[in-house]
Amino acid sequence: MSTAHDTTTTAAAAPAPTTRTGKAADYLDQRTGIGGVVKEFARKVFPDHWSFMLGEMALYSFIALLISGVFLTMFFEPSMALTQFEGEYPATATGQTVSVAYASTLEMSFEVRGGLLMRQVHHWSALIFMASIVVHMMRVFFTGAFRKPRELNWLVGFTLLILGLAAGFSGYSLPDDVLSGNGLRITDGVVKSIPLIGSYMSYMIFGGEFPGEHIIPRLFTVHILLVPALIVALIALHLFLMVLHKHTQFPGGGRTDKNVVGYPALPVYVAKMTGNFFIVFGVLVLMGATMAINNVWNYGPYDPSPVSAGAQPDWYMLFLEGSLRLMPGQGTEWVIFGYTLPLNVLIPAVVVPGILFTFLIVYPFLEARVTGDKREHHVLDRPRNVPVRTALGVAFLSDFILLAAAGSNDLIATHFGMSINEITWVYRILFFLLPVAAFVVTKRLCLGLQRKDRELVLHGHESGRIVRYANGEYVEVHTPLDDQERWMRVNYDAPAPLEIEPKMDARGVKRKGYGADKRWQGLSRFFYEDRVEPVTPAQLAAAHSHGDHDALEAGGQQAAPAAVGSGSTTGTDSQEH
Amino acid sequence: MKALAARRHHRLAPVVLLLLALLVTGGVYAALAPEKAQAETVSTQDIETGKKLFQANCATCHGANAEGTAGVPSLIGVGPAAVDFQVSTGRMPMQMNGPQARVKPRQFDAEDTAALAAYISSLGPGPAIPTDEQVDATLGDAANGMALFRTNCAMCHNAVGAGGALSEGKFAPSLFGTSERNIYQAMLTGPQSMPVFNDANITPDEKRDIVAFLVEQREGSAGGFALGALGPVSEGVWAWIIGLGLLIGAAVWIGAKSS
Repeated sequence: MSTAHDTTTTAAAAPAPTTRTGKAADYLDQRTGIGGVVKEFARKVFPDHWSFMLGEMALYSFIALLISGVFLTMFFEPSMALTQFEGEYPATATGQTVSVAYASTLEMSFEVRGGLLMRQVHHWSALIFMASIVVHMMRVFFTGAFRKPRELNWLVGFTLLILGLAAGFSGYSLPDDVLSGNGLRITDGVVKSIPLIGSYMSYMIFGGEFPGEHIIPRLFTVHILLVPALIVALIALHLFLMVLHKHTQFPGGGRTDKNVVGYPALPVYVAKMTGNFFIVFGVLVLMGATMAINNVWNYGPYDPSPVSAGAQPDWYMLFLEGSLRLMPGQGTEWVIFGYTLPLNVLIPAVVVPGILFTFLIVYPFLEARVTGDKREHHVLDRPRNVPVRTALGVAFLSDFILLAAAGSNDLIATHFGMSINEITWVYRILFFLLPVAAFVVTKRLCLGLQRKDRELVLHGHESGRIVRYANGEYVEVHTPLDDQERWMRVNYDAPAPLEIEPKMDARGVKRKGYGADKRWQGLSRFFYEDRVEPVTPAQLAAAHSHGDHDALEAGGQQAAPAAVGSGSTTGTDSQEH
Repeated sequence: MKALAARRHHRLAPVVLLLLALLVTGGVYAALAPEKAQAETVSTQDIETGKKLFQANCATCHGANAEGTAGVPSLIGVGPAAVDFQVSTGRMPMQMNGPQARVKPRQFDAEDTAALAAYISSLGPGPAIPTDEQVDATLGDAANGMALFRTNCAMCHNAVGAGGALSEGKFAPSLFGTSERNIYQAMLTGPQSMPVFNDANITPDEKRDIVAFLVEQREGSAGGFALGALGPVSEGVWAWIIGLGLLIGAAVWIGAKSS
């Protein structure tokens, strides 16, 4: 910790401020003691990397959502009562019988100044919000930023993802157009597929038979009150924990689990964050101003009978749509003792996302268990250095993307001139094969990259310079890595699989809990059986002293063993934990 | 006048009057009678030309007398509207076998197309080519057209007519570039996978409303670039490519800038 708190008491001894700002600050500080807080935060160090801004992007698009959303609530009427649309624009709606919610959406778009811009900014922000959450989560996953002490914050982040889905879904349905009504109908079907309680739950949600007259007002409350309040609260918790844990950093010279290397918040990082905020906001408004999104007047007012071609949900729900489209219908709806068990809906819409979400929830704890690791980690992993984690992530991601593509199978068919039936069959098979292939390929790539790193550390870069000795022998000269390069390639853990106590205890009796230990060991082997150990100082020394050609480069490398892992801080600030 | 009065009882007077009346009637008729549309003036000459064109270009599949062959429909009774639709959009003569005939640059000009239509129509009566007034979008009601389109057409052609997929490689084409006449003819004749919407099912006025709705869609979206009007998937793709692309690009730039 820094010594920020000590300085507040000495402030009185300092000369009185002379500038107007100084006086105002002093006035505030004497009454609130805010100086200490400012000092603490102004000196807080943030490590510099573009991927650390992905979470910021999610936060800023959420702020854009709040601002545009407040505007929209001023004009939206969440009612399913029927009305005659009297507006002149759009011409295709004039005189039609529509719900009040739909009519108010059209009026907001065509009559209210800036209304359509705000609606489009709101919707684009929602898409970008979810996209940046997913990308941020990928960064955290692949770099191992979820490890102790950040497991709980990972769960908070996961809950934010789910709340983001809930916010997107509830908001998407509000305009009461055909497309969102189709989405609600699918939701109704999914809820009804839950055994025993399904139909009761559907009646509870819709206040009677679908679609009823209650769902829009209910979703409105969920969308503008419940979910945003929870999101705001959890974002606060998320950021609080981030400040508490301090930021993680990528491996590099001088960076350890005990410090943070980067720039102080003031003036550097605050400037970068503010700049990023304006860029995010600018991009969102630019998209809202120039690119049409969810033109509900194209779909028309909701009516349970029509479904138009190309009816799909927003991208973050597309994997569910795809999973439903891939599931074969024949023979998968069972009737048992008069109760219908619709596996054709239950498996794709409940089990498949259940597997994905369970994986995301348990992974940090699972990995800690099979690693036998109870240490704190503040330096990130390079994805290649934890091959099985990276491969698992890519496997899940590949299936997520495959399902999203399956949800767009009709558009793929028309745009690439293919048969939708064949695409569906290929995807059904790939659903099982692709993650396995992605896992194997990714794991091999990671191991290969690690071996390449090892090779580089031991032998240096190829210089392209060929030297001929007097005896006629040719050798290529290798340039040794500098300290920073070497540090990055050797400073990681390659944990071995768990070792467990023997089956029999000292008295030859079978030990309790041996079976469970054995299973954990099996899982641990799956994770860490194949590994590339980092180069040890001894190995490096050996590599530099053996062989003929290495003698050439030995000149400048006498201190090599000591240099491994020493690294050095590059002209940036360093803050001790 | 005296002379006229003296002769009005002449026995030839009724004949003269009758001739004059006929002349007036004929003159007024010639001046006021509607001109016959070009498409309907079917001469035997046209039918002969059409028959020759048919035998040279179509008979291989449809049979020498348009009676159809295995897997290829008979054209007797399909009417001139079907011929005009298929030939003027370039679907026929078919370029290659496939799930469905594809649009290509038309192979016959308007005159030859009319001759073909005349020949087919001489084999048996069928739906006629709509008049210009029947397909005039400015006379249609786009709002009613949209309601009709939503219940009858959107499930295949997409909500605004951007097209959609059917089974086994077949598809409902995008209607953004289809002429008003062809849209009307497609409803009337039900080409390929499309069902027939006859005049009892959707009246000619309602067909014109649908045409009006589709023409209205060509003006683009009030919200900006329509992104293909394909719905949430294309929106999602653009959100990732443009939105996230720009934002990550900016983040890399900010992250790379050292103070």
